[in-house]
Order: sequence, then structure tokens, then C-alpha cells
Amino acid sequence: MDIRTKVHASNLVEWARHRPEVVVLSADLTGSTEIAEFQGAYPDRFFSMGIAEQNMISFAAGLAREGYVPLVHTFAVFIYRQALNQIVSSVAYSNLPVKFFGFLPGITTPGGATHQAIEDVAVMRAVPNMTVLETGDATEVETILDPVLAVDGPVYVRMLRGEIPRLFSPAEPFALDRVRTLSRGGDITLLSSGICTEEAMRAAEVLRARGVGVTHLHVSTHKPFGDPAILEALASARHGVVTMENHTIVGGLGSAVAEVMAEHGLGKRLVRVGLRDTFAHGGSRPYLMRKYGLDAMALVRSIGSLVGQDLGIQEEELEAVRLEAVHSLAKVEAL
Amino acid sequence: MNATLSTPSRPGWVEAVARTAAGIRLRVLEHTVAHNGGYLSQACSSAEILSTLYLKTLRLGPSRGPRIPPPFPGVPGPGNHDYATGGAYHGLPAPDLDRFFLSPAHYALILYAALVEAGRMDPEGLAQFNRDGSTVEMIGAEHSPGFEMMGGSLAQTLSQAAGIALARKRRGDTGRVWAFLSDGEFQEGQTWEVLQAAAHYRLDNLGVYVDVNGQQCDGRTRDVMGLDPLDARIEAFGARAVTVDGHDPEALDAPARLARDGRALVVLCATDPCRGVPLLEQRRPKLHYVRFASPAEREAYRQCYETMRDEASRG
Repeated sequence: MDIRTKVHASNLVEWARHRPEVVVLSADLTGSTEIAEFQGAYPDRFFSMGIAEQNMISFAAGLAREGYVPLVHTFAVFIYRQALNQIVSSVAYSNLPVKFFGFLPGITTPGGATHQAIEDVAVMRAVPNMTVLETGDATEVETILDPVLAVDGPVYVRMLRGEIPRLFSPAEPFALDRVRTLSRGGDITLLSSGICTEEAMRAAEVLRARGVGVTHLHVSTHKPFGDPAILEALASARHGVVTMENHTIVGGLGSAVAEVMAEHGLGKRLVRVGLRDTFAHGGSRPYLMRKYGLDAMALVRSIGSLVGQDLGIQEEELEAVRLEAVHSLAKVEAL
Repeated sequence: MNATLSTPSRPGWVEAVARTAAGIRLRVLEHTVAHNGGYLSQACSSAEILSTLYLKTLRLGPSRGPRIPPPFPGVPGPGNHDYATGGAYHGLPAPDLDRFFLSPAHYALILYAALVEAGRMDPEGLAQFNRDGSTVEMIGAEHSPGFEMMGGSLAQTLSQAAGIALARKRRGDTGRVWAFLSDGEFQEGQTWEVLQAAAHYRLDNLGVYVDVNGQQCDGRTRDVMGLDPLDARIEAFGARAVTVDGHDPEALDAPARLARDGRALVVLCATDPCRGVPLLEQRRPKLHYVRFASPAEREAYRQCYETMRDEASRG
């Protein structure tokens, strides 16, 4: 599998070159959010705001009112936990184009409960005027900035950093409110987001070999949640629906899917794979994914419970799956 | 009401500020009696500050807001193209003109009364105050006359004003950015965050007038959470603090004439929350919101209103 390093760092510099209205705000996590390169390239468009997120976010609103597009960078928890009132009253109510880049989603950090953003999608999804996005691979990190800028209003992005796999073809950029259809099958509909999609792809591959047909959708727009391909895939699932997210099962992708199913009267089972209304703790990503049931094995168990049989899949089988960047199976017009 | 105190040596605008301040108190008292409640003490403390700002200190263009405020246009959003802020009442922004943002949004009625007295809104607009479907809301919102932000959650307006000040500094605008704060907002951590940022970015185009009335919802500020020495604390954070008599128009305007020195300016206006309505003294220590305890109390305030009105009409 192709692994890319510090994708956002170089991409942002290139993207912002001819966009003088774009400014970047940092709360003392410049290297940690991959904006040191931007600071070096455009020092007059980089504002260090110190460890003071509430002021940073209201201050960004003031810049936005004067025609700038502030890209606020820090760890996700320090955005939506530290300054939710500022997000709501200074930015979201007024529908200002402040763009939030929240790093360390879910259990992607060994930093423990204070650093792990496990309920950010739930919180930000509930804020009117807010668009909520999540990156799942290098291609999405590389191509999310145009759609973020195009949104008329504030955007919250669950951002990845460091070493990131390329799961999706660079020819298929991030598209707002469009899912990626990664496989089709009639038994189970599986929706995954963020780093869970790589795990889900491994599981889906092995499940196919066992004769379980899986329609697998990758979700990168949490709000709005209006792609017709979602309802279509939910309606076609013979045994039921599984969601998988690096987030609490309360209020995130699983809840959004449950809302769609209930509103359309789809009387099917739904299994939500994610943090089961619990905080996590500090540890490595593989350890945390296994401990909290966010890995391919946990997904296989959930799907086994839906189809009503032990599928007899072993961990070695899942680990042996070789993943290459895929093209979406979605119809071209759906992009 | 203070016309008899004037002396020939005082400039004409000082007379006008006194008349305007009296008008603000009268209008807010009238509403308080009519609606059996209101933010009356804030009118008493801030009437000269707002009058001085509108008549003398601020450089604003003529109002472009409707003489009678329009109805609520719906909340802002990508689909609402009819939404307009209340900033139109402060005129068209221009590089050489000032901007003005009132932070404590519960001062809304006082700000509306000031707009009326300053000739920026018709008196009939006040009849919509706190009426369903109106923009003339009890707690001023972004669409309310004279407002451009959501200040109802305290301390956020100054941070936004600082962002605007930085943007204007980058553009080379000569106009300044002014904010009006209540002293209670210095209990919020965010206020100190923005002062440190204003010092870091040397935002001397940012100025703040603070109504230091020493009062808040629970009672006296010194009992709720003391702020003294506020001037020294502000200076320690890198801003320039100037303390003035908050009822003296010339003293209020003077700090704005100081040569800028790289620091944000904070004018601490020492005020009396009962000024002009001595009846309020009986309600100490709780002055934040007046809700009459009895018909007799309401009647006393009604008589006070009539006396003040008659004095004003005699000029």
C-alpha cells in the first residue's frame, strides 16, 4: 500500500499560493498540525494566537468579516471542547467562512482522553450552519481544500496527519456530500468513515471470499448527509446495516445512518461499530483499535451476528489482505 | 436635565451630550415603567458614554439603516440572502472611518435609545422593542439596530473587534475600531486572551470604553468576583488604561485624542448606576434588572418618569 507523509504540509502551501485571502491561525501546535511550511512560505498570512483557543476562534470571525478566509488549526479537542460557545456565537450563527482543521480524531493519538476527539462529529453536527467533513486517506487530505473553500459558511474538518495511506485514486478527488462506493453486494450494507475505512476494506475483501455480499460506502461528509446513494444502499441490504467509525457510537455516523433509516421506514437491523459510549486512554493505535473494537476483526464479528453465522475468519487472514488504491464504483454522474 | 449646570466655557457639543444622555435615561425609564421591568441601571451608568461616543468621539458615516427597523429576516445561512446586520445604523464602512461594536448585548434598549437620540433611528422604532417578529430584540442580536455581532455571550465581541482591527491594520485603514464593554466582562478569561493578542500584534487601532459601574447580576462586583486593580491588570497585559469620570463628556472624549503608542486603549469609565434616577438607590445591592416588587414601587418610578419628562420638555 502506498503510504504518504505530511500530505497537508506541502499541499496547503501549494494550494494557498494564489489565494491571498487565505490566512492560517495556530494555537501553539504549528509543527503538530503541519502548518510550519505555510508559516515559512507566507509569514505575513500566518498568525500565532498562543494557547488561547477561545480568543483565536472569535478573532478568526473578525478576520472573516473583513474578507479573509481563516483556516484555524489545532487539535480537534481544543476546538470543539475548549471553544464551542465561540464556534456557535462568533462563527456559526453568522455563517462566517471560518474553516476548522481538527487533528487527532478518535484513537489516532496515544495522548489519552484529553487529546482524543471522540465526540466531535456529534457535537459539530448539531451546530446549525456547520458543515462537517472527515478525511480518510491521502487523496482526501490532498483534495479537500477546494470543497472546504467552496462551502458558503463554516466547515469543520477531521484531519489526518503524518503517515497516511492512499486508499482512493488521486483521479477521484474529495466531493462534498458524496459517498465513495467501494464494493457492491446484496447481503450487508457497510458505511465507514475516516481511518476505519481501511479496516473495513480488509474485512469486506475477506467477507466476499466467504460469499457474503457487502455494499461498502466510505463517508467523508457527515453533514450534510444527503447523497441518494446512501438511502439506495441502505434499502438494498438483505441482512442489515453496519456502521464503523473512529468516534463514539452516540451522535456520529451510526446515528446519522439510524436517522435516515428511521425517517424512511427501513425496518432493518443496524449495528454501530465504534467507541461504545466510553472514553479511551493513552496507547498505540493498534492496541486501542483492538481494545475498543474498532478493527477489522470487530467488524467481522458484527457482520457475523447480522448474517446469523460464525464466518470462521481469523486475524491472519485479515492482515494478509493487500490493499491498493481503488476507484469508486459509483456512477460517474454521482461524482 | 443638566442644562442648568452648563457654563459658557463648555463647548456646544457637551450641551448636546447632556441632552442626549438625559433623553436615553428618559426613554429607558419609560420602557421600564411601561413593561414592568428593564435594564435601567445600565442606562443610568452608560448614558454619557454612549452619547459622547455617538456625538463626538466616533467617526461614522450617516446611518443607512431604515428609519423604522425592518422585521426579523430569518437567521443567517447560505440560503438567506435577505439577512442584514444592524451595522447599517453606523453608516457605510470606509477606510478612514471608525467601526463601533457594543459587547454587552443586554444594553440593547440603551443602544437603541442612543440611536434615536443621535438621529440614527426614528423614535417609533422603539415601539417594536421586545415585540415578537421584531429585530429590536431585548438582547441585541446581529440583526438588531446598531449591532453587527452576537454579543449576548459576553467577551466574544472584543475578540472579533480585534480580528477586525488586525485586518484593518494590514489594509492600512486609518479609521479605528471601538468596542464598548461592561466591567463584568473582565471576569471572563477570553477578555484577557484578547488583550494579550492585541499587545502581541500591537493593535493600537483598537479602543475600548468600559462601563465600570461595579454592578453585575448577583450584586456588587467586589462581592461577586473582585477586579481591582483593574487598570493595573490591564496595563500588565500590555494595553494602555486610562480612568475617567464616566459622566463627564470632555473627560470621556479626551483619551481618544491621545497619540497612539502601539498599545490598545482601554478607557475605564467610572460610573454611577443610579445616576439620574436616585430612586434606584433603594434597590442596592441588586441593580442588574429592575422588576418592580409592588404596584407602589412602579407608581413611584412612573412619577419619577413624569418629573424627568417635564424637566426635559422645559429644556
